[in-house]
Parts: sequence; structure tokens; C-alpha cells
Amino acid sequence: MSEKVLLQNRRPDRPATLEEYRASGGYQALAKVLGEMQPHELTQAVLDSGLKGRGGAGFPTGRKWSFLRADAPHPRYIIPNTDEMEPGTFKDRILVGCDPHQIIEGTILAGYANQAQRAIIFIRPSYEPEAELFEREFSRARDEGLLGENILGSGFDFDIALHRSAGRYICGEASAQVRAIQGERPRPDKEGHMTDSGLWGRPTIVNNVETLACLPHILRNGPDWFKGLAVSKGGAGTKLFGVSGMVAKPDCYELPIGTPLREIIFEHAGGMKGGAFKACLPGGASTKLLAPKDLDVAMDFEALAAIGHRLGTGAIIVFDEGACLVSACLNLVTFFARESCGWCTPCREGLPYMRHLLLKIELGEADEGCIDRLGELAKAMDHSYCGFAPGAAAPVIGLLENFRDELLEHVAQGCCPFKGN
Amino acid sequence: MLPAKLKKELQRDVRASEHPREKAVDVMYAVQRHYGYLSDEGLAEAASLLGMSELELEELATFYDYIYRRPVGRFVLHVCDGVVCWMCHEGWACLAEEESIVTYLCARLGVEVGQTTPDGMFTVLPSACIGYCEYAPAMLVNGKPYGPLTPQSLDKVLDELRNQPPGHLVLDR
Repeated sequence: MSEKVLLQNRRPDRPATLEEYRASGGYQALAKVLGEMQPHELTQAVLDSGLKGRGGAGFPTGRKWSFLRADAPHPRYIIPNTDEMEPGTFKDRILVGCDPHQIIEGTILAGYANQAQRAIIFIRPSYEPEAELFEREFSRARDEGLLGENILGSGFDFDIALHRSAGRYICGEASAQVRAIQGERPRPDKEGHMTDSGLWGRPTIVNNVETLACLPHILRNGPDWFKGLAVSKGGAGTKLFGVSGMVAKPDCYELPIGTPLREIIFEHAGGMKGGAFKACLPGGASTKLLAPKDLDVAMDFEALAAIGHRLGTGAIIVFDEGACLVSACLNLVTFFARESCGWCTPCREGLPYMRHLLLKIELGEADEGCIDRLGELAKAMDHSYCGFAPGAAAPVIGLLENFRDELLEHVAQGCCPFKGN
Repeated sequence: MLPAKLKKELQRDVRASEHPREKAVDVMYAVQRHYGYLSDEGLAEAASLLGMSELELEELATFYDYIYRRPVGRFVLHVCDGVVCWMCHEGWACLAEEESIVTYLCARLGVEVGQTTPDGMFTVLPSACIGYCEYAPAMLVNGKPYGPLTPQSLDKVLDELRNQPPGHLVLDR
């Protein structure tokens, strides 16, 4: 078994306590950093570690931080993103529920590196038990002098609050999340850069909670150790892979970055439930459908990019031979069309139209021209205001590239070949 | 009207916040808990507490999935129709046509998505993926997750909920 880092304190029935987290080395990094390190040294260590954002985009965390100008005004904010509303994605819930202090420590470290004063953890409504857990543990951390004023006697003040969302997928997008916290209708806002003008017009860093959870380990064990966790060249760290769908053991698995997809599905997740493997979404609902020929890909950012895919959130959704991928895409595009914030036309008008075409194909009422039009529309989604629409089109692009035969079969038979079996 | 005690508590929370608008969702949830949904009266009271116009708050209220601008039943069922729950329908032979637990649930309750059963017990609301993919197919009932659901276990859950004493569960999310 490979080394568990983020899930080392996972228990079947309850979260790790503060004492248990401490016993596993928790808060040692915070004491070390506050006692010995300058904020910029912390950013350098994170840069050196090669940590990339685990929320989907995979942007280098240290680089994101380095956009914050040295003379940026105060207060500055950290927003740990726990919105996680993409179909197939549930790793953050597992992470919070197994070891909340790991995220709290990671958030304080991010706060120190960026000399921020406050963090606001943004959490989705269906994670209410996790929200309550966080609030309980914030107060434990305050009682122990780990959070709040003068942390561990260092003179550094930093506190964390919780923002409960009322639930919309677009809130996961960083700038929409900022608007949501500000009590405005959440939509992406690309006017300025978040590190200059984010929450309440102040410098703001939005990081996924899995990204933040890596920080205590990087700072305690060093950037080289973190790099060494990966099994692929150029990769760094472990990754939480939420495996769901038609596998025998759907669950969240922590494995080295670069673990082959085939190994994750067929060894760790117990293989297929029944029918043979047909396809998967390798990194969540906004990644491209991947065909069996690519099963040996290493699950890291670079290897997936090299074959035209994305690691995304590492949420692997597995379909077996009995699944109609046209209906699967219809389901996915229905989700995205409904969740579009409606701000820009390609997304607002394009996704319902893509849905319409997929439905026609699924019902056997389409000709080959519909398939071509679907492809044109999917490409046109790149012209939208934010990444939502291209993400929504991704599974469909995978369908067109890798499973065109299945689309043609629907057209030729005038019905769904998977119905009535 | 909101009870004086609740109103005072909310006023205190809003005042304690550097940016009152940051409390918009929390206040809507609290008012929703009181009325059972975010009524017109509740929306007006919430807006006034936050120093926002009713229109501004309406813009938020109607955007979010977990704010209910219409009355809901005692139990709000967010049954997941995300792609994972959609495909994990082992044993759902009755669903050959639509292959969705939403369809099954609506048929059992005799409602359509968005509607409340005539006895005021259950409301089925459209739901994005609820984040319990390893327990697919899954649903949330007033915020509590259930899964993996089979037709039998879903029927059992509905029976148990029907037999809950009144006032047993809150109606927030």
C-alpha cells in the first residue's frame, strides 16, 4: 500500500479529534513556520513542492499566491473552497469528515504565507454535518491558541469563519463564490484579478480544501518529500480520487499522483461491478469521456493533458457496457443547462440547444447533420465568459471523439440501441 | 411576523458583521426555518434586517436551490439525478423507461418534481448532484443523506418519515 498522507487519520465511524491530529504530527508545521519562517519562504516552499490546485484547474498553488503583491492592502482574505457540486465529486466531504484540523492548519498556513487576516470557508448545503463539525473544531482550535489572536504567541492574528451556501453549482467558481459571500447573485466576474481585488474589493486567495490540506505536510516534511510521493515524473504529492459508478467498491482513495487509471479502477476500486468497462470521466463531470484505449494513462495533470484530457478534481465516474453514453451525456448536459447562471449567451442558449440535439439523437429522431451540429456547438462553448460552458461541453466532445459509432447507431436504428435489452 | 426574540438575534448577528450582506443567506435560512419556507412576508422582513431591497434579496432567493419561495412539505426530498445516481439503478427494473429514481419517487408519491403531496408531507425538489456519489443512488431528506437506495429501501424510508411525530424535523435544508 502506498503512503497515506491526507487520509492517514481516516476512521470508519468518526472524524479525528484535535488530539489525534496532533499525535500524527498535526500543528507541528504551524509551530515551525510561525517560529522560524518568513511568509515569502513559505510561498517558496510551496512553489518548490510543485503543489498544484486540487479544485479542478490544477494551477500551481505557489504561483497563484505569488500574484499577490507585496504591498497589497489589508485586510486580505483566504477562501477555502468546499463547494464541490460537480456530479461524481465527493472527495472534499470525505477529507473534511476525516480530519478537519488538517484543513484548519492548512488554512492558517495559507493565511500566514499571504499575510491574511481572515478565512471564510465556503461550504455547500448538503455538507451541513461537515459545516457543524468545522464550527466545533474552530472553537477547539481557538481554545488551544491555534486560531484567533496571537496564534501560539507569535503575534500573528488569523481567524476562520464559515459561509453556508444556499446551493448553486456556479458558486464553485472562485469569482462567483466571492460574489455569493458578498450577498450578490453569484456569477463569474472576470473584471480584475482576485489577488488585487477579491472579496469586498480586497486581495483574496481562493484555494480548494484538498490543496490546503497538503500544506502542513509539505512544510513539516519538506518540498522534496512531497515531490517524492508522486509516482510520475514531474508530479507531486498524493491525490484523492473519488471513484463512483459501476465499480465494485465506490469510495474515495488516496493514491500517489500518477497512479495509472487502470490500477485505480481495477485494483483499488475493486474492478467493475458486473459489465465490462466501457468509458469513464477521468476527472469529474466537466472532463471528456475517456475510452478503454486510454486506461493506462497516469493520473496526473501532464499525462492526461498529453492525451487531450484533464485531471480535474480526480473524480472518476465509471460506465459499463450497459450504459448508453448518449443518455449519460444527455443527463450531464441537462445538469449543466439547468445550473448555468445565465450570464452569457453561449452557455445560456447553447447548453439547452446541445441538450435538445442529444435528446433527438437519443430518441432516434436525428440525422447525421445533428451530430455535426452538436460538435460545432460543443466547440462554440469556448467562447463563453467563464470555464463553465467548455466544462459542460467536455463530456460531449469525448463522446464525439471516442464514441461516434454509438451516436451513429442511434441515428441508423432510429432508436436507442440500449433500450429494451 | 417574526417573533421578537428571533428578530433581535438576527439583528445582533447582522450588526456584528462588518458587511451585513454577508449574512444574506444565513438570514434567509433563519426566516425560512421560522415560516417553513421563505414567504413574501418573511422575504420583506429579511430584506429589512439586512438593509437590502426586497428585489435584491428576491434575486438571491430565486437563484438558490435551498431557499424555498413556495410552501414545502414537512420533508423536502432532494433526490439526486446526477449522472452517477442515474446509472446506479441496480434492481430498479420498474424503471426501464426513464431509468431514474426521481421518476420512481414521483410515481410513488403521485407528484411531479417541484410539487408537494396533498397531505403536506413530502416535496420533491430538483437537485444537482448532492455529493454522495459513493452511496448512489442517494437522496437528502431535510439535509440528511440516504443511500444507496433500492425501491424497497426508498419505500421504507418514506414509511418511516410518514410515521415521524409532527415537529420532529426542522425544515431548513
